[in-house]
Amino acid sequence: MEFLRPATWDEALAAKAENPTALPIAGGTDVMVELNFDVHRPSAILDLNRVTELTEWTNDGAVVRLGASVPYARIIAELSGPLPGLALAARTVGSPQIRNRGGVGGNLGAASPAGDSHPALLAAGRDVFVEAASVRGTRMIPIDDFYLGVKRNCLAADELIRAVHVPVADGPQQFSKIGTRNAMVIAVCAFGFALHPKNGTVGTGIGSAAPTPRRAVEAEEYLRGVLTERGLWESGGPLGAEVVQRFGELVKAAASPIDDVRGTADYRRHALAVMARRTLTWCWNDYGRQIRSAA
Amino acid sequence: MTARTIQGEKNLQKINQAAKDGIGGSPLRPDGNLKVRGEFAYSSDLWHEDMLWGTALRSPHPRANILSVDITEALKVPGVYAVLTHEDIPGAKYYGLEIADQPALAIDRIRYHGEAIALVAADHPETARRAMKRIKVEYEVLTPIVTEEQCLHPETYGYVHEPHEYKSHAHGNICHEQRLVSGLGVTDEVRAMADVIVSGDYEVGMQDQAFLGPESGLAVPAEDGGVDLYIATQWLHVDRQQMAPVLGLPEEKVRLTLAGVGGAFGGREDLSMQIHACLLALHTGKPVKIVYSRDESFFGHVHRHPARMHYEHGATRDGKLVFSDCRIVLDGGAYASASPAVVGNAASLGNGPYVIPNVRMHALALYSNNPSCGAMRGFGAVQAAFGYESQMDKLAAELGMDPVELRQLNAVKQGDLMPTGQEIDAPAPVADLLQRAKDMPLPPPLDTEHPDLRQLPGALSNTSHGEGIVRGVGYSVGIKNVGFSEGFDDYSTARVRLEVIGGEPVAMVHTAMAEVGQGGVTVHAQIARTELGVEQVTIHPANTQVGSAGSTSASRQTYMTGGAVKLAAEAVRRELIDKGRRRYGWTHDDLTLAGGKVVSAAAGPLVSMVDLLGDEAIERTREHRHRPTRPFDKETGQGFGHVQYTFCANRAVVDVDVELGLVKVVELTAVQDVGKALNPLSVVGQIQGGCTQALGLAVMEEIVVRDGKVRNASFTDYLIPTILDTPPIPVEILELPDPNAPYGLRGVGEAPTVSATPSIVAAIRNATGLALNRIPVRPEHLTTEQPG
Ligand SMILES: Cc1cc2nc3c(=O)[nH]c(=O)nc-3n(C[C@H](O)[C@H](O)[C@H](O)COP(=O)(O)OP(=O)(O)OC[C@H]3O[C@@H](n4cnc5c(N)ncnc54)[C@H](O)[C@@H]3O)c2cc1C
Repeated sequence: MEFLRPATWDEALAAKAENPTALPIAGGTDVMVELNFDVHRPSAILDLNRVTELTEWTNDGAVVRLGASVPYARIIAELSGPLPGLALAARTVGSPQIRNRGGVGGNLGAASPAGDSHPALLAAGRDVFVEAASVRGTRMIPIDDFYLGVKRNCLAADELIRAVHVPVADGPQQFSKIGTRNAMVIAVCAFGFALHPKNGTVGTGIGSAAPTPRRAVEAEEYLRGVLTERGLWESGGPLGAEVVQRFGELVKAAASPIDDVRGTADYRRHALAVMARRTLTWCWNDYGRQIRSAA
Repeated sequence: MTARTIQGEKNLQKINQAAKDGIGGSPLRPDGNLKVRGEFAYSSDLWHEDMLWGTALRSPHPRANILSVDITEALKVPGVYAVLTHEDIPGAKYYGLEIADQPALAIDRIRYHGEAIALVAADHPETARRAMKRIKVEYEVLTPIVTEEQCLHPETYGYVHEPHEYKSHAHGNICHEQRLVSGLGVTDEVRAMADVIVSGDYEVGMQDQAFLGPESGLAVPAEDGGVDLYIATQWLHVDRQQMAPVLGLPEEKVRLTLAGVGGAFGGREDLSMQIHACLLALHTGKPVKIVYSRDESFFGHVHRHPARMHYEHGATRDGKLVFSDCRIVLDGGAYASASPAVVGNAASLGNGPYVIPNVRMHALALYSNNPSCGAMRGFGAVQAAFGYESQMDKLAAELGMDPVELRQLNAVKQGDLMPTGQEIDAPAPVADLLQRAKDMPLPPPLDTEHPDLRQLPGALSNTSHGEGIVRGVGYSVGIKNVGFSEGFDDYSTARVRLEVIGGEPVAMVHTAMAEVGQGGVTVHAQIARTELGVEQVTIHPANTQVGSAGSTSASRQTYMTGGAVKLAAEAVRRELIDKGRRRYGWTHDDLTLAGGKVVSAAAGPLVSMVDLLGDEAIERTREHRHRPTRPFDKETGQGFGHVQYTFCANRAVVDVDVELGLVKVVELTAVQDVGKALNPLSVVGQIQGGCTQALGLAVMEEIVVRDGKVRNASFTDYLIPTILDTPPIPVEILELPDPNAPYGLRGVGEAPTVSATPSIVAAIRNATGLALNRIPVRPEHLTTEQPG
């Protein structure tokens, strides 16, 4: 097994172009487990740890450009303000050791339906982009187009993830995850939710309840409609139990989970509805408070 | 946390009062700091120049006929030294703890998913694995026999062990069974004596010991044609007893030394890689190391028997138990392992610590094509306790009684008879333990206004900010035997040597006791200090150069090998004092050893041990036996079967998110009678650890098996409690001496594992109103079951 250690981003792209089957390694928290379990026997490993720009982030006030290898621990410590949903999701990943090593680039690279970044990224809106690059150039891949199937994403063999572009939150965001223990657990299912008052939309993301992370499109549309038609964006007034209930039902309907060792399909649907109702309620209560205190 | 602090302070007082580092004190473990710092050498860290790495090819099928095994391609891989199948075994082909029914390598048939078929030794572990993949096995895959229905109808579904190859005393796919009848048994007349009858079917999933140190060891071939094995195990001598016939060697040529053990909990009572490593070492003439990977470890050791139980209890209107009728079916999997003993415990302890005038019980272990099950902390008693304690709560509800009062009303006490007819002839403070658990202050109610997320069900997964959360409280009590039962000659050996080293009297304790983390090495040194009045004690590495210490299991080591150390130290002490009498002509009858001197109670210090010993060493070896027990009668289950009983009572407080089915155990109180706490800190640690393992069984730990295949052989999906799942565990210790035991002590490690699980389930029932007849309780059980 070859071990490639590029020092710069350009060297990394060149190495990947030359060895398209080389397996990139960032924090290694997925890669090393799979090697251990003998899932992979890659011909080469492409170590990205010397490419320090991958561990940097910038914020221009509108969009955070998050380097692929910024570890979860730093997302929690440094980006809870602009990216509250992603930071909440990061807080649920693994253990302190895993959060010190693992990052969003690796989560996207692995593209597991149970990856915790995904629901938060989806909920953050349709203007979330994965910046993928190769010697051929750079693509900005909309998050909605990124996930193709179970552990499959749309990266080409010569491409690497450089960063993720996530709009700075303009409203409350939440993330909830079910596990059968209270820490260090892979999601049975997860849900991300965000209010985007500036463009009058809401975002959702469902994890671990379909072959890929996915958005609950009808639930988003329904809620957007209600909020707009009833002038709730302006008033911040109560949603009413029916709206919350209906939203939960639509989220549930958007999932297509399976039975597996972690949980049953029925439970996942049920739990998604509960998480959808709760996260909506938390966000809306926060939003209402903001509106009232601004008034 | 507060409760833990209170407990800590109590212990500190005890620690300070006790003679320095003698019994009753809490000297720290010699291995503690090393383990915390990651410097302790475990069996997986062993290394030998020139050593080879061994690995095993395992079956992907739970049941199959092996049509052919072709090792040609594997042998061609450069770096491979040997590829062995059962045909290369020089001696006996079968071994087993109680019944020799397990082939060291599969012969013609596969009986469980993961059964070893062939072995490879190579100069690199990766080479060994690659070669292993080149072994070609042709299987005829058969439908596995996995359900109770299938097991009990072999004429339709087949035999796990064909009748002609059957080695157990029972028949069909039954590995072992035990019936028990006491009083009038259970007849229509007896039923008619009860005002209320409650019944229930209960199920226990397959728990794993989940020790962190995988099976591993190093076999070194010796010049004399024998082999030296460095191994993490629970009982060196019984390993050797099973290994030697397979290796075709006399026992004295198979020498075992204990290597660093990374947890055991019963999972190292059976052999794993011992025979395999020795076969490869003897075949290649080179040292061979085997270390299991995590997934292989899940296949490489036995698990806790899953159980299906039917219980029926009758009582009078005022709550007095009239009868109990019970059937416990344990799935033993492919090979017997400890199944007979597990059945014996389930049958004899399966009615709990209660006085029940009329009892009928039938416990059996099945052979199936599921993973083999055997010893795990509290075996037999753990499964049954979930059944009988669930029944006590059901009965209390039916009678409108307080569940603790119902239990107290029927609790056994010293002098009562167990359903086996055995008198409980030592303290049995069951009612008192329950009362103390009940009287402990309750934790404060949940602050739903400003909850600390970490304290909620789901914790930082952020599923609730206080919504849907209901608190519940549950109680339970359990009973466990200590030591090996049913007539087993369960002795321990210790050698103690006293001599002057560097101007100080030093005792050396040599036993074959497996230190698996329980703290035996700490306690042995404490006993030697107390009995010999010395400060310096060396613990000799455990090996087979001294007599058997028996198993580190059944809560028995402090009682048994601790007792042997006490006997040997007493013999050394007597000899030293006699030497003094001979030399100085003392006539005192009040001589002891203390502070490095021979001391008369009346006259004070007489002479220093250094002067008395001079260059001489005094060494004594002693065997310690507990009082004899007898087998249970096969049909009636009557007999003086157990050495000692232990009891623990628990109170669990839980918060349940009733909408999401998530559980947070808020507090788990334990009250246990330990007879005498030789090392209070270790005792508290054992009780808290036992409670935590019980918590795992209550709400998360299960090996998921479908059609005989293990679905979650990893710590990704076999979940054990993390620190956020583990609540404060306030422990109250009672010390009511057992007159039959050394220092009056009682085995400690298992009782809380038996009793704590049902208290947690009771608390969840209390919060949800659900029946919850299966453990572990999973979120979907809580969200789909209808209130009963
Ligand atoms: C004990 C444990 C607990 C865990 N718990 C969780 C959890 O709770 N939630 C969760 O979501 N995950 C969990 N994981 C999985 C893992 O930690 C996460 O997926 C993490 O985000 C991976 O990041 P990494 O940097 O370690 O990725 P790596 O392991 O380095 O890489 C993962 C994948 O991404 C590819 N990759 C990495 N960087 C790039 C890049 N720049 N461009 C293209 N491809 C790339 C790799 O080739 C590989 O396929 C856990 C893992 C462990 C071991």
